[in-house]
Amino acid sequence: MLLFSLRRLMLAIPTLLGVSLVVFGLVHIAPGNPIDMLMPPEASPEAIAQMKIAYGFDKPLYIQYFLWLGHAAVGQFGLSVFNATPVWDQLVVALGNTVQLALLAAFFGFGFGIVLGLLSAAYYGKWPDKLFSAITTAGVSLPHYWCAIVLVMLCAVLHDWLPAQGMGDDSLPFYERLQYMILPVVTLMLIPMGVIGRLVRARVLDIISQDFVGALSAKGLTRWPVLRHIIKNAAPPVLALMGLQFGYLLGGSILIETVFNWPGSGNLLNLAIFRRDIPVLQATILVLATFFVLLNLAVDVIQAAIDPRIRR
Amino acid sequence: MASDTTMAQPGTLAAPAAAFIAPAGYWKLVRRRLLRDKTTLFVTAMLVAIVFISLAAPWVTSYDPYQGSIMLRLKPIGTPGHWLGTDETGRDIWTRLCYGGRLSLLAGVVPVAVSLVVGSFLGIVAGFVGGRIGTLIMRTMDVFYAFPSILLAVAICGLLGNGLTNSIIALAVVFIPPMVRIAETVTAQTRQLDFVEAARAGGTSTMQIIRHHILSNVLGTILVYATSLISLSIILSAGLSFLGLGVTPPQAEWGLMLNSLRQAIYVQPYVAALPGLLIFVTSMCFNLMSDGLRGAMDVRLNR
Amino acid sequence: MAKTGALDPRDRGGKAQPLLTVQNLRKHFPVRGGVLNRVKATVHAVDDVSFSVRKGETLGIVGESGCGKSTTARLLMQLIAPDEGTLIFDGDEVGATGGISVAAMRRQMQMVFQDSYSSLNPRMTMVDSIAYAPHMHGVPKRRAYEEAESLLAQVGLNPQQHARRYPHEMSGGQRQRVNIARALALEPRLVILDEAVSALDKSVEAQVLNLLRELKARFDLTYIFISHDLNVVEYVSDRVMVMYLGQVVESGPVEAIYRQPRHPYTRALLASKPSMDPDKRTTAMPLTGDPPNPIDPPSGCRFRTRCSYARDICAAAIPPLAPPMVDDGPAEHLVACVVPEAQEGRVLTHA
Repeated sequence: MLLFSLRRLMLAIPTLLGVSLVVFGLVHIAPGNPIDMLMPPEASPEAIAQMKIAYGFDKPLYIQYFLWLGHAAVGQFGLSVFNATPVWDQLVVALGNTVQLALLAAFFGFGFGIVLGLLSAAYYGKWPDKLFSAITTAGVSLPHYWCAIVLVMLCAVLHDWLPAQGMGDDSLPFYERLQYMILPVVTLMLIPMGVIGRLVRARVLDIISQDFVGALSAKGLTRWPVLRHIIKNAAPPVLALMGLQFGYLLGGSILIETVFNWPGSGNLLNLAIFRRDIPVLQATILVLATFFVLLNLAVDVIQAAIDPRIRR
Repeated sequence: MASDTTMAQPGTLAAPAAAFIAPAGYWKLVRRRLLRDKTTLFVTAMLVAIVFISLAAPWVTSYDPYQGSIMLRLKPIGTPGHWLGTDETGRDIWTRLCYGGRLSLLAGVVPVAVSLVVGSFLGIVAGFVGGRIGTLIMRTMDVFYAFPSILLAVAICGLLGNGLTNSIIALAVVFIPPMVRIAETVTAQTRQLDFVEAARAGGTSTMQIIRHHILSNVLGTILVYATSLISLSIILSAGLSFLGLGVTPPQAEWGLMLNSLRQAIYVQPYVAALPGLLIFVTSMCFNLMSDGLRGAMDVRLNR
Repeated sequence: MAKTGALDPRDRGGKAQPLLTVQNLRKHFPVRGGVLNRVKATVHAVDDVSFSVRKGETLGIVGESGCGKSTTARLLMQLIAPDEGTLIFDGDEVGATGGISVAAMRRQMQMVFQDSYSSLNPRMTMVDSIAYAPHMHGVPKRRAYEEAESLLAQVGLNPQQHARRYPHEMSGGQRQRVNIARALALEPRLVILDEAVSALDKSVEAQVLNLLRELKARFDLTYIFISHDLNVVEYVSDRVMVMYLGQVVESGPVEAIYRQPRHPYTRALLASKPSMDPDKRTTAMPLTGDPPNPIDPPSGCRFRTRCSYARDICAAAIPPLAPPMVDDGPAEHLVACVVPEAQEGRVLTHA
């Protein structure tokens, strides 16, 4: 088990290095000189030269990469080009906001997904199953940014139920600030709910159809051990998918955060793109991708702990 | 040797349990199953209609998609002459939706096609050759897997700059790794089956084995997967335009329309929902079609 | 097409020359592991195996699972490359200058696999599968298909009914018949049957065995019959070769081996064979324990860790295959054991 975890960790290191290379490389593949993006067009040649030295652009590319990587490894992403505040500070605040949404959406999405999946497996072929199948099929095809707009239209435009923008003021009481989270969380939880529900249903049906559950029932076992058996066998893939989905919630919420103007990491990324704020851009992508890799690593290890067959 | 046929004694060996199945080719069987599947037929018809209306846009509407009128800004649904209303510069929504289908479908389908070709090539090579080349390909794909898909697409698009081409490139890069992985898995599984060994024992060359034994068994799975990706691709490409990273104004595209109409949601709430509804319906049709195809192509399923 | 009696034009050395001679065949597989995925050990799958197959005979290869039977088959077909060893096919060394090429050898040597389902391409009909290889070798499509249909008939399937079917529409026995037909389509002289009937039901197994016997006579074939089933091997084989952990421990005519086994392993194997006749059930010691790990086989005689006759000399060197010390049987009976008591199967008095 320890060996497996170590090997898995060893595999993650080249992946992370590759990720950093992609993030670094993208900026340099991008059309235009990064300096031109940073400086106003009317800047003097001296100012440009100064800027080049300040950002290390005068050095060879591979040295730039290792310098950047070395700084990134200790959380030093320099200053934002747009407002000259440390990138790391902005990122921490934004990530915190994103994690709040992601945790809530994961909690409700996974919870409802499991319940709905189990229910439709239990009522296989009957109307609750058909209803759920229809909902999840629709859910998987749903452009969730559109769903966000529809929710805003319903709850904020047509009726005055919930706030539609931002995350509220710090001075507001807790329950009022909670109101700002309802719409984003509801939007975000739809996809994990559908995806997890589908998988739970499929896994449970698959396990039930296998002979050994029949054998267990035949042995006179009561329903609970059979259920426990199903859970044990269905858990690893469901868990893996949950990890992946949580990663998407963290790293893929840029569209939703844009619609609700939620000051999270996705919003930060979006702003950085439009402001051509390269340090912020690189830092956000790198940190989100690193999160994603580590999350997958954790899922693999947990999965192997549950199911020894995965260990090799 | 003709006399030897008398040796054949049908039914002496474990007679087939099912009734005699008419000798039909595999694709005939798939087609027959598809023709019986009402849902798949319906969504396919819907898709054909959407594609047709987009292509025939100049004939289904008399308005210009780019020419608006200041007098007619943000008219509600049901306005005479503009039955789906008008947008913030007074352009006819129905017209914009019809023309918008062209770019939306293009931006959704092309990345999948590109990744299908590139991804299955890399995947089959990795799965069949294996070894160092295979490891190199798969490790490289793992790097791209380390990004959530939207994040990667946004990052590429954001850095390359907006525009249809860049959005297609970005999404192709997003879809190639999963395509490679599927192709690699199926190829590696197929390769170790005895019939490939038997073909090799029969003196078949590597290229012939890939063409006759691997491709026919791998391509089905990859194609079904690709059709299921179109749905996601349409959502993501419209999402990129929605963020202002894809198709540029004043062009008509559903994601872009959704973004601009969203700004006017307090003035005309319902109109804002229309482009998104189309994205939703189109993506769902592709999803259901892919499901139907998957079911029809399952050899083991005897329906 | 019937060749009975007539001399095969491809025959080069006459009846007395072995069809296939295998010399010092060896294959070791690396085992990777640990954090860095380094080669940690090697599996001695096939170690220094030599034997020959005569024209027209059936050579049975028996042994427990994991003893290297199937690896040997794949090495013979050159599906995996041997680390060492020579194959001589009817006097021509395979792959050597002046010998015959691997491709040429494969045309004369075919194989039937254990899993009847996975050895057929699920997207091809039965005739497609049978006609595929001849067509690839330049037989015109039409003729290849005609011959495929007639082969179907030869293996006992009605072409009208089965030719256009897919593998999933057939039973295991029918599929295995098709696999045999496919192997015969290239008109081989030697057919390797790797556990070819092991996955079939007993009644179907018997039918297929009889079919194999018929085909052998009709097409003048030579078989290498690999199986873990001692009864079946006794039924089909002329000569038998017993393998243990990648090495040959005993070989000889089927009657000699089954009546008078000389290697303690063979004796134990035969003793564990379920006999139909209760009077014949022996009291000889059955095999206890699992075979040792082929990753790190014992020195000297590999069976000594499970052998009750084992002594110091057994660990010293790998015993060579030699005629039994105490024998009056056929000269070609060979055994790899250096302990006379073990060869005789004397009951040990001590312990």
